[in-house]
Amino acid sequence: MKAVIWQGTNKVGVETVPDPTILQATDMIVKVTATAICGSDLHLLDGYIPSMEKGDILGHEFMGEVVEIGPAVNNLKVGDRVVVPFNIACGVCDYCQRGFFSACDNTNPNHRMAEALYGAVSGGGLFGYSHLYGGYAGGQAQYVRVPFADMGGFKIESGLRDEQVLFLTDIFPTGYQAAENCNIIPGRDVVAVFGAGPVGQFAARSAQMLGAARVIVIDRVPERLALAEKAGTETVNYEQVDVQVALREMTGGRGPDHVIDAVGLEAHGHGPGALLDTAQQKLRLTFDRITALRWAIMSCAKGGTVSMPGVYGGLVNEMPMGAAFAKGLIFRMGQTHTHRYIRPLLERIEKGEIDPSFVISHRASLHDAPELYETFRDKKNGCIKVVLDPWGPPSAAD
Amino acid sequence: MTTQTASATSFLQTAQGGHLQPTERVLVGVLGLGLALLGLGGGRARGLILGGAGLGLAAVALRGSNPLATALKIQQNEAGETLVSDAVTIGKAPDELYALWRPLERLPQIMSHLKDVQVLSETRSHWTVKGPLGNVSWDAEITADEPGRRLAWASLPGAGIENSGEVIFREAPGGRGTELVVRLKYKNPAGTAGAVIARIAGQEPSQQLRDDLMRFKREQELGFNPTTEGQTSGRNKSQTINEKIRNVS
Repeated sequence: MKAVIWQGTNKVGVETVPDPTILQATDMIVKVTATAICGSDLHLLDGYIPSMEKGDILGHEFMGEVVEIGPAVNNLKVGDRVVVPFNIACGVCDYCQRGFFSACDNTNPNHRMAEALYGAVSGGGLFGYSHLYGGYAGGQAQYVRVPFADMGGFKIESGLRDEQVLFLTDIFPTGYQAAENCNIIPGRDVVAVFGAGPVGQFAARSAQMLGAARVIVIDRVPERLALAEKAGTETVNYEQVDVQVALREMTGGRGPDHVIDAVGLEAHGHGPGALLDTAQQKLRLTFDRITALRWAIMSCAKGGTVSMPGVYGGLVNEMPMGAAFAKGLIFRMGQTHTHRYIRPLLERIEKGEIDPSFVISHRASLHDAPELYETFRDKKNGCIKVVLDPWGPPSAAD
Repeated sequence: MTTQTASATSFLQTAQGGHLQPTERVLVGVLGLGLALLGLGGGRARGLILGGAGLGLAAVALRGSNPLATALKIQQNEAGETLVSDAVTIGKAPDELYALWRPLERLPQIMSHLKDVQVLSETRSHWTVKGPLGNVSWDAEITADEPGRRLAWASLPGAGIENSGEVIFREAPGGRGTELVVRLKYKNPAGTAGAVIARIAGQEPSQQLRDDLMRFKREQELGFNPTTEGQTSGRNKSQTINEKIRNVS
């Protein structure tokens, strides 16, 4: 089959590799009908998430058709159309039982590595997201092995198109959880979203669904800000105005009640902090560039929430902890408990409350993945979200 | 030797990083003083380097702690015994798990360093481990047996590797099953240096114990251990680093 392969830092290629096979009784094989490139895949491309190895199959946003099931799979059958959460959950451990699916105790075979880096007990495995997170082959491929199929296959029975339900695998629940973590008081709270990428777009719309009085989106890319404005949010272009001054004025001097950092470890931004981060990251003195997080903390109102769907990988320097303490901020972060959100959010899609395909800017064949990774990274050609057809002919890019 | 209570601190409080054995201290001290003397006779640069290294080694000998072992987080007590302990929470009742550990002949299925345990009588058993230089065997006896709560054993005099161990089965708060604690104590035949070499070679018991406990937990909770071994990739047949680690230990 054809698959997108990590060939080293800044090197992604499409290769022919053996088809996946059932390895354990609870596995299934899914024939992928649609897959997407996630902003967090760019951290892998750029080499900022440790423990990638040459030959790894990328991709954690995918859906398709069940073509083979292991003998211990009970809830699915061959032919079912499924979306698959990007994280792998066992459904049995104490964390899964309580709905903390991304904290699953049992699905990371490389737990020792994660424990050495992050302490305590490792969280669950992820598809196509480094060996630290289990080393599972990803879904930017024609076929993918899905372990714990009964947990990982959510049937889609309505007539919705792939593009409308594909993002239930990650970015829609991720944006939704980020907004939910803010405990928004409807009609009262103002929410600022840093980063108007796909997760930021879903976070902003989710904050609206949860009743935020106002939603303000901060970015520097005009077409991304324009997309946020279409949903009725206010926007700030941080290259044109001082973010802190603008947010203060927009919120009557209080600051936003809650802030969402939908950027993560490769923030751009400017100012001395951003320059220092970039220099330190190039020299590997710090893992993570945190301009967005700094701005979020500094602008947040007293007693507010700093919600962080953006990915962080290691250590950060110059974190304004004093400001966070002085204002009594609440920090919420971590991988999304995707399994929790798929059914309720699918219902919202079915009711027509939201059509997640609004975020797609590029549709192409899997063959064009290497080029589109670069287009997406460099935000060229108005690129916001790329969806790949694993079965499409080469060079079908828009 | 195996009269520790259930308190974790009493077990680990005796540990103070890596402890050099008396012979190791003498060797390191003599080497250090020798280098320092050579340093005195040489030119300025050579004197500084050799003298500094020599005095450093002498200080290590005086303090009696092996900085390398301490940096590698090897825990040893005053008597030079290596202490290894770890714990895991498993979603099953203490009685059920105790019942799986009590038949000692089944321990090799749980603890990967064990090759074989033969039960000789109600309290006595014969243990064999795979060592780097071949198998090592000894006789051991059960020193404590509190059904559903605790099991302890110790090697009998004359063992090649003097060692003891205990397993504690403690109910986890909030109906979360069992907190299973394993504590092992052994005298490395090759002293602190042996412990350091074993750690660097990836055969260190604390890593093995961690893997053993997680494997046991997953077998109990899922009935199997999730794996990626044998999955497709763009790597042909070469192993990933993690597969190599797993296959070594």
